[in-house]
Amino acid sequence: MSFLEIEPFRIALYVVGALAFVGANAAYLVWVERKAAGRFQRRAGPTEVGPAGLLQPVADAIKLMSKQIIVPPGSDALLFRIAPVMVMAPALMCFATIPFSDSIVARNIDVGLLMIFAFGSINVMAVMLGGWASRNKYAIISAARVVSQNVAYEIPMLLTVITMLMVAGTLNLHEIVKQQEAGFWAWNIFRLGTNPLMPVTFVIFFTCMLAETNRAPFDMAEAESELVAGAYTEYSGMGFGVFFMGEYANIVIGCAVATVLFLGGWGSPVGFLPGVWWFLAKMYFLIFTVIWIRWTFPRTQFYGLLNLSWKILIPFSLATLVLTSIVMKIPRMF
Amino acid sequence: MGETFLEWAVFWTLAAGAVASALMVVAGRSPVTCALSLACSMIFGAGLMVQMRAYFIAAIQVLVYAGAVIVLFLFIVMLMDLKAEAMRRRGGVALLAGLAVCGPLALAGWRAMAPLSGGGGPPPAPPDEVQHIGRLLFTDYVLPLEITGVLLLVAMVGAVLLCRPGGAGDQEGRP
Repeated sequence: MSFLEIEPFRIALYVVGALAFVGANAAYLVWVERKAAGRFQRRAGPTEVGPAGLLQPVADAIKLMSKQIIVPPGSDALLFRIAPVMVMAPALMCFATIPFSDSIVARNIDVGLLMIFAFGSINVMAVMLGGWASRNKYAIISAARVVSQNVAYEIPMLLTVITMLMVAGTLNLHEIVKQQEAGFWAWNIFRLGTNPLMPVTFVIFFTCMLAETNRAPFDMAEAESELVAGAYTEYSGMGFGVFFMGEYANIVIGCAVATVLFLGGWGSPVGFLPGVWWFLAKMYFLIFTVIWIRWTFPRTQFYGLLNLSWKILIPFSLATLVLTSIVMKIPRMF
Repeated sequence: MGETFLEWAVFWTLAAGAVASALMVVAGRSPVTCALSLACSMIFGAGLMVQMRAYFIAAIQVLVYAGAVIVLFLFIVMLMDLKAEAMRRRGGVALLAGLAVCGPLALAGWRAMAPLSGGGGPPPAPPDEVQHIGRLLFTDYVLPLEITGVLLLVAMVGAVLLCRPGGAGDQEGRP
């Protein structure tokens, strides 16, 4: 029995690996974001620390870690300290089921997709508790917003996921990718034969993912120009740092799920390079799109945000669900 | 020894966590802590279900209860007057009443479970667990499922009726 098969060792290895992946992604996605924002606004972005500002995230991390964490008087000290942990821990759980390639997956379980959504939904509670525990009026407004926003967007998101489930017939992420392996025309986003509205389903999923991860133009929970920093207003040092890492971890998870569900996972459109590189390329392209959208569109109004979900996304996702079931049922009737 | 010991350790950690957080739900001072403990209890329970290899039920429990129901609980609790709630003292009478209700319930639960213990755990869930549950829900259990749906709809309509301006629950708009 090789030491890789010993269960506690595997779990420890997974936790270290997932933490390193999340940490590296959070640090360098901030760098990419600042560089991209610079380009979008015709300036250079970070340039001072290291070549092209590449060491800026390291400097930022050291700064955040050396800062004192202040628990404001009058706040709920226990909840205030727990909230950042509650953002980070479920995000780590989600990575366990994401298949990065045919062989790189921590746990290939049958309800993988459901598990990601289950642990992804805890994020709301953490941001809300953080905002509430701060006893700060901006933070409490943000907490109230984050709940109504997430409740509104969870519905169309899960409706699109149900549509995808009917197409795939399994909750196992590995299986879902296997079904799309034939080539790029077999990717779910292009399978117009099963559902002529498939690209629309993808757009609905992607929009909901942006809202669920509180990214601009839907970042009502943070809204710097209205709410200081929303739920994170009272957090300093690594308290804020962990929230920030959790936010980027959720973006990575959301884009990874979109890649698996719609873009054929590790499947390669042309044939060369091992699958894991294709997976990462698709995932980082989606992440770049998220950044791109943030620096292109202004923040929506809160009512506009809720109207978009209840009046447009939910009816459309219901329509795609019904349409898919009809399209799938018709051939079986004859 | 290795595998069994690990299972044993995980079981007792999860069970102790579930019981401790369930106790916190009733003993906690701040209603927010209580609601959070309820979520913790649900998550520990989900862990126990994973140990029984009922992955679907575990994921649904976390998704529906910890992710949606408790979030709405917390949302409502945030709107309450927490100072008054936290100051309220629970006397010996409340403790006695609680014990009087919980004691027989615990006894009944123990009596119901006793014949099942020692059987080496529940049978493993079938490999196509999700399809299995789906088929059962839409064949044998379709009536209970529909009744639950109608109940939720009635509750929702009732809530809308109470909260609309001029409704029974609207203090300002009342003549």
